[in-house]
Amino acid sequence: MVWNRKIAYINLTTGKVKTKEISKSLRKQFLGGRGLNMYHLYHNLKAGIDPLGPENLLLIGSGLLTGIPALGAGRCDIAAKSPLTGAVGDSNIGGFFAPELRFAGFDHLMITGKAEKPSYVWINDGEVSIHDATHLWGKDTFETQDQIRSDHNDEQIKSLVIGKAGENLVRYANVRTGMKNAAGRTGMGCVMGSKNLKAVATRGTMDVEFAYPDKLLDYCSEMNNQITSSRWARAQSKWGTLIIYSNTNTTGLIRTRNFQLNLLEDGENLEPEVMDEYTIGMSGCYGCSVHCRHRYVLKEGPYAPIFGEGPEYTSLGAFGTMVDCKKMETILIGNHLVNKYGIDTLEVGGIIAWIMELNEKGLLSEKMTDGLNLEWGNEEVVFELIKRISMREGDLGNILADGFLPAIAKIGKESEYYAMQIKGMSNLHSDERPTPSLALGIATSTRGADHLRSRPAIDLYGLPEELLEEIYGAPMSSDYTSYKGKSRMVWWQELLYAVTDSIGICKFQTVFCAVNAPKFEEFSKLIEYTSALKISKPELMEIGERIVTTERMFNNREGFSRKDDKLPERFFKEPTPLGLPIIKGKKIEKEKFNSLIDEYYSLHKWDNNGVPSEETLQRLGIENKQS
Amino acid sequence: MQKFLFINPENCSGCRICETVCSLHHEKVCNPTYARIQVIKWESSGLYIPIVCQQCEDPICETVCPMGAVFKDETTGAILIDYDLCVGCKLCVTHCPFGGVMISKNGKITKCDLCDGDPLCVKNCEPKALQFIEGTAINFHKRRVAAQRFSELMQKLLTAT
Ligand code: SF4
Ligand code: SF4
Ligand code: SF4
Repeated sequence: MVWNRKIAYINLTTGKVKTKEISKSLRKQFLGGRGLNMYHLYHNLKAGIDPLGPENLLLIGSGLLTGIPALGAGRCDIAAKSPLTGAVGDSNIGGFFAPELRFAGFDHLMITGKAEKPSYVWINDGEVSIHDATHLWGKDTFETQDQIRSDHNDEQIKSLVIGKAGENLVRYANVRTGMKNAAGRTGMGCVMGSKNLKAVATRGTMDVEFAYPDKLLDYCSEMNNQITSSRWARAQSKWGTLIIYSNTNTTGLIRTRNFQLNLLEDGENLEPEVMDEYTIGMSGCYGCSVHCRHRYVLKEGPYAPIFGEGPEYTSLGAFGTMVDCKKMETILIGNHLVNKYGIDTLEVGGIIAWIMELNEKGLLSEKMTDGLNLEWGNEEVVFELIKRISMREGDLGNILADGFLPAIAKIGKESEYYAMQIKGMSNLHSDERPTPSLALGIATSTRGADHLRSRPAIDLYGLPEELLEEIYGAPMSSDYTSYKGKSRMVWWQELLYAVTDSIGICKFQTVFCAVNAPKFEEFSKLIEYTSALKISKPELMEIGERIVTTERMFNNREGFSRKDDKLPERFFKEPTPLGLPIIKGKKIEKEKFNSLIDEYYSLHKWDNNGVPSEETLQRLGIENKQS
Repeated sequence: MQKFLFINPENCSGCRICETVCSLHHEKVCNPTYARIQVIKWESSGLYIPIVCQQCEDPICETVCPMGAVFKDETTGAILIDYDLCVGCKLCVTHCPFGGVMISKNGKITKCDLCDGDPLCVKNCEPKALQFIEGTAINFHKRRVAAQRFSELMQKLLTAT
């Protein structure tokens, strides 16, 4: 049964490994993946530790449903205290690693300490060992994976690896697997680097037993049909997340030149159709019938030949709209570079756009620019900065490698206004000024500005209010510029995503962008067919609450509170200059927004300062651990 | 008319759903290692090729079997193994050029049985890299693809001149 999957405690300082069963009662409270990782983080870390010290934990977890042939059930959750924000560090990665880990007998890894020299962890059919990685140090993320495969003479090995950015302790270095999958956010690759851990590699041939295999098989087909019959998934199958651009760059929900405009003029070269020229096919993660990623080839130019996967909409913003570059090739090269160096595309894009705006505003001294021409649209300088930041080359590269907050401290207080960050983490290139629900999501997300914690993307569809009420359980406005009922939307999505990340399926295959996608009800059945556990919809929602409230407790203990659930000042001061009539001229209204936060806290049963009440902790069975 | 399991690797997304449904159906567990179909990947060049028994017209596995244990199911077209006759010598495993016959966990010889005429991998392959179609349809498909390439070439030539 899925129950016999273990947790391995790996101490890199002592080289000791212990393995243990995962208790069923914990499973019932936190499921797996992100949920269990958050439990472990909250209970095993002391408050105030240095995220780059040996005492930080690196938690790796597959989901409760990992391995089923549906809904992209190959997601892996990686957590630690974030070296970027000092808050919860947590990032989710697709591909094929998590199922392989399960086939190798494990669901969770808790890695502590620091290895004396570069090392990698090897997990193979029930055995865990620590190996020398001196020969891997310095290799990029592609080479590292190849080398591990050839060292063990097994092409089927799946690895989580870091590149140069992780080795150089760039605070937003990511963890990578395959050609493009990345646990991008909150600097989990930096934590690996700080532990001298180059990779975690695994290969497994053990059975994963599910409770009702025949029922599960039928139901998985049904689930795949349900998701692939949605319009969103059909579009995504062909265009990937790039399809979002066709919408946002017509409506005005996109950021260009950092945060100056909300449409990209002459941006037709970034339309998804342009990818046809480079695409050789699509590619999917484990158990995914949506296959949202392009496999592309770039045959010409100084960086060619490149074979790559992606790019995501995120990279289109990072190396396109936000820096005013208008060629698909720029995006493809940028995508390749960040994947190779192992650095978060969203964070590095946000930082580069910021520095370009500071340069334009004259807030950057000559010396600070390090001889670079930081003009908008200069693609060469974008590539150069990706490299300098990843390698910590030069003063500018080195300063920016530490992330927004330390960089603001060095560059000067005035630069803060232009930094589109929350809790020290960069926001996606979406413009949330016209959409209070989306704005509330990024302000309150436990891991800093982020669209994958609670974004109610379907708010943008203007669905009938009866349907919204049916989904979210209370009346709310179908107008996406309205504040009415939007706190509930965000709260509900936050619980849904917490559960999604804990059962290990892809967010694109639940109610994120597709309305009729599987959600709590379907998850209940999948959980029963795989594990025989009966968990109802209200119980699943309560698990979601438990996970989010645990994260909240962790953050509060680190000094975060309501004061940090905020938006960049520009959201309140500068109205959107362009876009559809309903979008143009919009900014967030402070008072209304504050009430949204009040409502959101009270839905979570947290107090006015965002602190969970004793009653809430008791109801959810969370211990109040203050140290 | 007899149907064939037709593989079109160009459409394969590498999702491994075929492997998983195969093992769940036949072994009642999730374990791609013991799936009858397997997707071979060259990750760094983006090449994914599903490999499964081709249910040959003139099966080598049948030819080499000293016990005459390999036979064809006339309704489904699947090449099957008669376990009453099979002694487990593994000659079929050695000689099949596709790795079509395999050794299961308990040491038994196993192979794709086309799920009694309704292959689950095909049913669950969204991009239609796997299809279960009649021979005539395959011929037509192949010619169509060839014709398309030909027409693209012609167009290039025409625009070049
Ligand atoms: S939709 Fe995309 S990200 Fe999600 S599982 Fe499929 S390929 Fe992976
Ligand atoms: S199910 Fe289809 S697309 Fe997925 S790996 Fe198998 S053959 Fe390829
Ligand atoms: S097992 Fe091999 S030789 Fe036998 S029918 Fe299948 S592909 Fe042909």
